[in-house]
Amino acid sequence: MRRPLVQRLTAIFAAAFLLPAAAGCGVDEDDAGLVIYSGRNEKLVKPLLDELEKAVGTTIAVRYGESAELAAQIQEEGGKTKAGLFFSQDAGALGALSTKGLLAKLPQPSLDKVDPAFRGGAGDWVGTSGRARVIAYNPDKVSKAPDSVHDLVKPEWKGKIGYVPTNASFQAFVTGMRVLEGDAATRTWLKGLKANDPKVYDNNLKVLEGVGEGEVSLGLVNHYYWYEQVAEKGAEKIKSKIHFLPGGDPGALVNVAGVGIVKGSDQAPVAQKAVDFLLSEKAQKYFADDTKEYPLAAGVTSSVEGLPPLASLDAPKIDLGKLESLQETLKMLQDAGMV
Amino acid sequence: MTPADPVPQTDPAARPTGAPAPAGRLRAGTRPPAVLLVPAAVAAAFALLPLGYLVVRSLERGPAFARDVILDERTAQLLGRSLALAAVVVAACLLLGISLAWLTVRTDLPGARAWSVLVTLPLAVPSYVAAFAWLSAFPGIEGFTGAAVALTLVSFPYVYLPVTAALRGTDPAQEEVSRSLGHGPLGTFRRVTLPQLRPAATGGAVLVALYVLSDFGAVSLMRYDTFTRGIYTSYRASFDRTPAAALSVVLVVMTIALVAAEARTRGRAGHARTGTGTARPAVPAQLGPWRAAALAWCAAVTAVAVLTPLATLGYWLAVGNSATWDPGRLLDTAGTTLGVAAGGAALTTLLALPVGVIAARHRGRTAALLEQSAYAGHALPGITVALSLVFFAVRYAEPVYQELPLLVCAYAVLFLPVAVAGTRAAVLQSPPVLEDVARSLGRSPLRVLREVTVPLAAPGVAAGAALTFVVCMKELPATLLLRPTGMDTLATRLWTETGTGSFAAAAPYAAALILLAAIPSYLLGRHRT
Repeated sequence: MRRPLVQRLTAIFAAAFLLPAAAGCGVDEDDAGLVIYSGRNEKLVKPLLDELEKAVGTTIAVRYGESAELAAQIQEEGGKTKAGLFFSQDAGALGALSTKGLLAKLPQPSLDKVDPAFRGGAGDWVGTSGRARVIAYNPDKVSKAPDSVHDLVKPEWKGKIGYVPTNASFQAFVTGMRVLEGDAATRTWLKGLKANDPKVYDNNLKVLEGVGEGEVSLGLVNHYYWYEQVAEKGAEKIKSKIHFLPGGDPGALVNVAGVGIVKGSDQAPVAQKAVDFLLSEKAQKYFADDTKEYPLAAGVTSSVEGLPPLASLDAPKIDLGKLESLQETLKMLQDAGMV
Repeated sequence: MTPADPVPQTDPAARPTGAPAPAGRLRAGTRPPAVLLVPAAVAAAFALLPLGYLVVRSLERGPAFARDVILDERTAQLLGRSLALAAVVVAACLLLGISLAWLTVRTDLPGARAWSVLVTLPLAVPSYVAAFAWLSAFPGIEGFTGAAVALTLVSFPYVYLPVTAALRGTDPAQEEVSRSLGHGPLGTFRRVTLPQLRPAATGGAVLVALYVLSDFGAVSLMRYDTFTRGIYTSYRASFDRTPAAALSVVLVVMTIALVAAEARTRGRAGHARTGTGTARPAVPAQLGPWRAAALAWCAAVTAVAVLTPLATLGYWLAVGNSATWDPGRLLDTAGTTLGVAAGGAALTTLLALPVGVIAARHRGRTAALLEQSAYAGHALPGITVALSLVFFAVRYAEPVYQELPLLVCAYAVLFLPVAVAGTRAAVLQSPPVLEDVARSLGRSPLRVLREVTVPLAAPGVAAGAALTFVVCMKELPATLLLRPTGMDTLATRLWTETGTGSFAAAAPYAAALILLAAIPSYLLGRHRT
């Protein structure tokens, strides 16, 4: 009775070693003219990268992952990295690679396509699209959303705020506040916010749901989540509205996704073409229309209905590369009992 | 069989004269044969790779920096929180795993076969999907309770499967003797059955504890701060590998201490039947008036562990209109997943075999060292193991870097203990006397292994392989970093789809993961009948 099982197992094992070889494994990166490590989600950028492949005129291979993990992988790979281009979800991971000297300097004409506020100080990475922090609110509960995050510590908002303390964008916003207003002021603000008993959500979409259902009156989110919800469920089903904060308020931080060329890669000439493609009108239009983000170059403005143009936003002036150091921010959030 | 029937062949005193040791007893002093020792050493070296990497990385900025990270007050605090969670989850898993195993193997539970497949399915549920399901249903559950519930319900099969294999392998005659000597069913279970299940149950319990220590998905969604979250924070917030490595070394030390402590509790008891004759299948216990309660228990566990995540998937499908059904892609991805998971399970089981046999049959420093090495990296978060393999592969094995063989090797490093535990428990149940007889008849150690040890331990080895297969299927962090560029598994697609909040499109991939996990459970169940 037992022997057949052994034989069956042997057969399964033999098949197991052969099966992976038979399974399709996509593009062989050794044949590819350019390997991109993308911290941006495949669903967001695949169509654009297909276009990019045509534009640069050679096969590309794309490895998707989390931005921070891919940055760690590039560091581990050192000089032997397979990556020619790093496409990051946020400025922090690019800033970290730049600090370690792992990114190559970009030519000035490429850099000049983007406002200096949205590229690396060392000229080795450039933003490709932007996202703004906004306040989402329920118009049935509040007639007008506050104009500054500093208002949120007032007693009138007690128990009425929703947020995601574990979310990277929220933490980048807190880091931005530290850069703008100093650690002491940020600590006081966090303490005040916590004292107002804000409701914690898992993710930005849940905050929007909570605001829409009136669980909370307002929430701190990124602008594109709201536009994505409108696209997914239809405008009539979305009961929340969003408000862009004026006056360079820290709560109006604009963070970017961006790219850098990995230093020492023999793919640099193709990678350079890829960077220029991502800053071209075609690619910038894609970010505007499809991912509902802010285009940053080629004079493209967003066509998304109701989205105020980037130039009209009063975002705080801040070196996005400095958002690299979140460690101290996390310590503050821990001290405040938020994460 | 009535209690009055004598069962002389299982009388412990009736040991054949001249047998070197009581059944299943570990042999002190005998060196494992080279045919076992060499492959076991290879497997152990393999499993120790992450530790080598961690030592390099954590000392990158000098020992003082590493010491500061480790001695930070918060490190101890987080460790305490992780251990508390592990203790509660282990206790709950033992309760669920042993009770369900006994009900499905040893009683006249209606539909035992179906239940035995159903209760293993939760293993395929990624911990963050389980956590997500529980949070959607009960938002107030977050924190310690939520993390404990979610982790228990995905990891109790770690106890259930080996205990089931052990129950099938034990000779029911011993229990019958106990009954004939006047012990009630409960007394018999406690005095005879439970001690026989101990190697399988504690082996499973160690795996559960290490799984809890390494988990990131459930604890981060439940917002229960643990040691692993500290490690991830180091990577994700400060993009710094050095503190992450120093903290990981602490996890390795903890793991080795835990495995050593478990080994100490094993004692010297024998677990195999001896004497002449063969074991019969057990006569199922009559549940009688308890039948309804037993059914309710199985149904309740299945409902919370399987239906909750499935209901969440159904909800995802219902609310979003992002459901872009692409059956072709789903099928392709499922095929690839089956292939890499089977490859991972096969390599892991092969590597685990010599380690498991040595751990069961030999005592002493070498045996202990080999087993502890196999476990060393098992509490590490997947990302740490993945980075260590990146580190070694780009330096010493560049041709396979980001190719299938390396991914399969990564699974073996990650899941070696899962297969070792299954093998060890199974080998313990077969009497070493048979191996001695085979040796005395002139069989070489390799032939003894192939013709005696492995066939006798096959059900337990197969259970270990099945477990490994399922955990390989849902592995994410190492798969993301080490897969061939462009390859997708069900877990990576699930990650992609949920990453943009397209839960409706994610649901079929999660459902496929759970359905595929039913295959090995079903095959194991078939073997039984």
